[in-house]
Amino acid sequence: MGRVTLELVDVSMDYRLRGKEKRALDSVNLTVSPREFLCVVGASGSGKSTLLSLVAGLTMPTSGQITIEGHPITGPGPDRGLVFQAGSLYPWRTVERNVAFGLELLGLDAAERSRRVDWYLAETGLAEVRRSLPRQLSGGQQQRVAIARALVCEPAVLLLDEPFGALDVQTKEDMQLLIRQIWRDTGTTVLMVTHDVEEAVFLGTRVVVLASEPGRVAADLRIPLAEDRSLATKRSPAFLELRASIEDMVRAQHRGGVTA
Amino acid sequence: MKAALAERAADVRAAWPPLPRRTRPQRTVLAIRTPLSRRTTTILTVGSLAVPFACWVVLSATGAVPATFLPSPGAVLSVGWEMARSGELAVDAWTTTRRVLEGFGLAVVVSVPLGILMGTFHAGQAAFEPVIGLLRYLPASAFIPLLIIWLGLGEPSKIAILFIGTVFFNTLMTADVVRGVPRALIDVSYTLGAHRGEVLRKVVVPHSLPGIIDAIRVNAAAAWNFVVVAELVNSTAGLGYRIVRAQRFLQTDKIFAVLVVIGVIGVTIDVALRLVRTRVGRWAA
Ligand SMILES: Nc1ncnc2c1ncn2[C@@H]1O[C@H](COP(=O)(O)OP(=O)(O)OP(=O)(O)O)[C@@H](O)[C@H]1O
Ligand SMILES: [Mg+2]
Repeated sequence: MGRVTLELVDVSMDYRLRGKEKRALDSVNLTVSPREFLCVVGASGSGKSTLLSLVAGLTMPTSGQITIEGHPITGPGPDRGLVFQAGSLYPWRTVERNVAFGLELLGLDAAERSRRVDWYLAETGLAEVRRSLPRQLSGGQQQRVAIARALVCEPAVLLLDEPFGALDVQTKEDMQLLIRQIWRDTGTTVLMVTHDVEEAVFLGTRVVVLASEPGRVAADLRIPLAEDRSLATKRSPAFLELRASIEDMVRAQHRGGVTA
Repeated sequence: MKAALAERAADVRAAWPPLPRRTRPQRTVLAIRTPLSRRTTTILTVGSLAVPFACWVVLSATGAVPATFLPSPGAVLSVGWEMARSGELAVDAWTTTRRVLEGFGLAVVVSVPLGILMGTFHAGQAAFEPVIGLLRYLPASAFIPLLIIWLGLGEPSKIAILFIGTVFFNTLMTADVVRGVPRALIDVSYTLGAHRGEVLRKVVVPHSLPGIIDAIRVNAAAAWNFVVVAELVNSTAGLGYRIVRAQRFLQTDKIFAVLVVIGVIGVTIDVALRLVRTRVGRWAA
């Protein structure tokens, strides 16, 4: 077990769009330590999804290197579990069979599978709906399935791309508390992308602000809030101040991008 | 200044006539995508079958159309019964059904994997899409003379016509269905550790299965049409052959009886496939 879970060194990413190169990420350097909860915020188009897709190994950077626990990334794998905003469950599989997917691939026998699946279903509050199909679930429940499905493979880092972006406010807060609890219970490392600064400050042990056009690391801040956070934390002066200053940063970076 | 602006806007708006009111129409049978009452549904369904049948009865019974052109339902029934009793009908029906099973079955066996290949890999699409896109515009019936030259008058040429008539459409429709598998589903499967073959087997195929069965249902109807056409040309048995024979002797009632049988078998195939589709695609409902 290395000291560093995830490391990005001078990572740049260009997309080709109608023959023209478009730089989505420019020389990003980032280190994520074990058990960190790192939230990346940035305006739309700042390259947040691109960053996650690079770490997931779904796309390859134009230049630079990404390593996971010291090994260079050559493609996607279960050591980097990915959760999208919505719509990535297998619609023909029940909740428990969705969660079991990665374990089936590993060739675990049924007893071993269900032992592990059961634990994550309980942890995410899905035990009641284990035999339901995804379309029979609420949006929040669907995201919990996606999270459980990624976590059951025990990834070195859990990658979340605006996982609560499509949820209503109450469900979103429930999910925030849940992901905090999961993070503390499982000791997993989390890299989460969001454009919701409040969410980032509430969840993260660290927040990185991305600037737009091209995406660069504009700020990298430790969140000095107590480990034990509740919804009341969101009303504390320390929280509000942090939130306001990061929101200003995001806005400044965005405007900088537009006028540049 | 803002206040002044708002005031001016208000002044202007005061001079506008009130917007005309649109009355909301009452719920009608033709409300878009609105479920009908059970009664209306039954009336429409029964009517769609009963009205044409009634027309048939009236036209033939009143003698408005001579019986040589339009036999009465009773005449059709009795001639059909006769054909069934002599065993002739069963032989014809089975001959035709077997041709469909063989020709269209072969087309399915070829087109489904090919379509999955085309829908999954850009290479597959680049290699096959242009040629299949062209071939499907060549009418299968136009191949009949050629196929008779190549394969003779026997079974192979009939099977081949069925195959040619359905394989291209079924391939393209399958490819379309497979292309509809969401990108996110494929990406997420890789991050869960799936290899390429597993993504294909455990994600692409199950997601596409209901759509593939739908394509097969549509093309099974086409196959059923082609087989009759193929049998019109040169056969010694089959429902199409029976129609040609009957025509030679001006046995309109016999033609009608065979048409009814063709329709019934076609609908049976469709219903069977629809049942399979419902079972397989329950998750999508
Ligand atoms: N496949 C692609 N092809 C071309 N350009 C792309 C592609 N994906 C992203 N981009 C561009 O790269 C930049 C970053 O996109 P990205 O999706 O990473 O932003 P984001 O921060 O996730 O935005 P959002 O908050 O809207 O999800 C954008 O300018 C986008 O237009
Ligand atoms: Mg995004």
